[in-house]
Amino acid sequence: MNRIDRRFAELKAAGRSGLIPFVTGGDPSPEHTVALMHALVASGADLIELGVPFSDPMADGPVIQHASERAIGRGVGLGDVLRWVAEFRQRDADTPVLLMGYLNPIEIHGYARFASEAVAAGVDGVLLVDCPLEEAAVLAPLRDAGLRRIMLAAPTTAPERMAQLCGMAEGFLYYVSFAGITGAGHLSTTDIAARVADIRSRASAPVAVGFGVRDAQSAKAIAGFADAVVIGSALVERLAGAADAAEIAGRVQDFLQPIRAALDAR
Amino acid sequence: MPTIDDFHAWPDAHGRFGNYGGSYVAETLMAPLAELAEAYERLRKDPAFLAELDRDLKHYVGRPSPIYHAERLSSHVGGARILLKREDLNHTGAHKINNTIGQALVARHMGKKRVIAETGAGQHGVASATVAARFGMQCVVYMGAVDIERQKINVYRMKLLGAEVVPVTSGSKTLKDALNEAMRDWVTNVADTFYIIGTVAGPHPYPKMVRDFNAIVGREARAQMLEQYGRLPDVLTACVGGGSNAIGLFHEFLNDADVRIVGAEAAGEGIATGHHAASLAAGRPGVLHGNRTYVLCDDNGQITETHSVSAGLDYPGVGPEHAFLKDAGRADYVGVTDDEALEAFHLLARTEGILAALESSHAVAQAIKLARELPRDGIVLCNLSGRGDKDVHTIAAREGILL
Repeated sequence: MNRIDRRFAELKAAGRSGLIPFVTGGDPSPEHTVALMHALVASGADLIELGVPFSDPMADGPVIQHASERAIGRGVGLGDVLRWVAEFRQRDADTPVLLMGYLNPIEIHGYARFASEAVAAGVDGVLLVDCPLEEAAVLAPLRDAGLRRIMLAAPTTAPERMAQLCGMAEGFLYYVSFAGITGAGHLSTTDIAARVADIRSRASAPVAVGFGVRDAQSAKAIAGFADAVVIGSALVERLAGAADAAEIAGRVQDFLQPIRAALDAR
Repeated sequence: MPTIDDFHAWPDAHGRFGNYGGSYVAETLMAPLAELAEAYERLRKDPAFLAELDRDLKHYVGRPSPIYHAERLSSHVGGARILLKREDLNHTGAHKINNTIGQALVARHMGKKRVIAETGAGQHGVASATVAARFGMQCVVYMGAVDIERQKINVYRMKLLGAEVVPVTSGSKTLKDALNEAMRDWVTNVADTFYIIGTVAGPHPYPKMVRDFNAIVGREARAQMLEQYGRLPDVLTACVGGGSNAIGLFHEFLNDADVRIVGAEAAGEGIATGHHAASLAAGRPGVLHGNRTYVLCDDNGQITETHSVSAGLDYPGVGPEHAFLKDAGRADYVGVTDDEALEAFHLLARTEGILAALESSHAVAQAIKLARELPRDGIVLCNLSGRGDKDVHTIAAREGILL
């Protein structure tokens, strides 16, 4: 069974809300990315979303853009990210890992080659921001290899299209809480609660909500109506400049544990 | 690739030109793109809209632009006749306004009050600011911080026209980053904002819509050729950055199998040096800025920084229709170096009294090469896509002259 499916089944059985932190592969430092992943799990992550740095991240705000630029500046590429997942898997066989990024690095790597290398490394799914369902045919080799193809749904998604996305969702459906880029400020949870409730009632897969979740309070509010909460820019911002594994682990703990506690206290 | 019978039948309903094009954008943008595609499909067949567009092209832009036989240049070269399609004579000095006037009219019909644009050399920014002023719309132009530094006059020109110019400091701080930033603005403000993309790239329907608005160049040129010369040219040439002026000239001739088509890309300091912007001649298929096309990137898929003396050609991707024409063998794409373009700039200035834009000077350089291959009664039709006033400072600086 795919680790993503298993983890959501476990969460459901335990009545818990999922916590999905996002970090950019290679940031704050390439040599500590694996330690960072373990630290995320130690502080309560249910699933890790690991960003594959790309030079032109159109859907990301300044925080994740800059993290990508820093990683690329240190020579980080798709091959490194796959290697880190494999290394992470040596000590963690259970936590699902989802690669998040843009198509071009995979297109250049080759879809079939990427699929087999990703599965061998222990990757469980991919979320490719610039690959909407109209273009998703290129991802067939990834699905054939057993990777979950995580799709995005947005506030601008039209009703018929939402029905289509709900029908084809696998792993989980990632609902973008507002029309904008990652890391933008405001979030009105009352507006999105009804929308997410509707999606959950129709989607065969669980629904995670991301974009604009910054702290325990906003995470808890989201968890009231979603299966999982994705938290990215606020964490990446917090990690920027951390010098060593101990400092990274400390910052992860300080940031993530209150969120975990808030989710569990619901 | 199968033989193409009708090049005018592309793209398909999904915006695909064979393997290229499409809509590679985040989910949030799919609805506004669908809304735009629907509005555009309706308007492009609406006689009232087309009449409105024609009126502005005639009385505001100054169309039709002439084709001009550059006799002294041709005899200096000593080959075929070189004809120039004078897009430099349009209002604002380049072909760019053909597109911005069209998109601004679409924006107005869609009820959008705010337009945004990306710009490299500043020509598209100026053309966008111009039409925004013309139609009373708010205009925000995203421009790389590096480009702002090297195109100060155009930045000031946009401000004079009432636009706000936002410096982009991410990535390489050039055109591609300005495009990313404009896309981010659009995704955040989709309700009231229209994004005027300046070239035949981006997600569907942009490559098609921008082509259609520029295709007037080829439609006029083809009719002018038949009327004034009683025949079609032997070969067409135009410079290719994103490729809007080139597709504008080429499109009407695509089904004229006897007319050869050659696009001139920026070979910068030479393709072998790696300092160039020749996406078709030296790149590979990839995905950038919402479409599949030829891109310049490294083995990790990271888009690489490009170089050209002309800011307008300094782009690591290219319109998907050009990628399609290349693979279909319908058009050839070759590199022209900075030095060759500058030499052509000077030659045209001295023999014809025309200061061409540095972008267009690449096309002139290619026209000269093509003219040499043809007999004297042959005809090379070259798109002189813009005038060179904006480049005077760049050229002076390169030659060590302080103005």
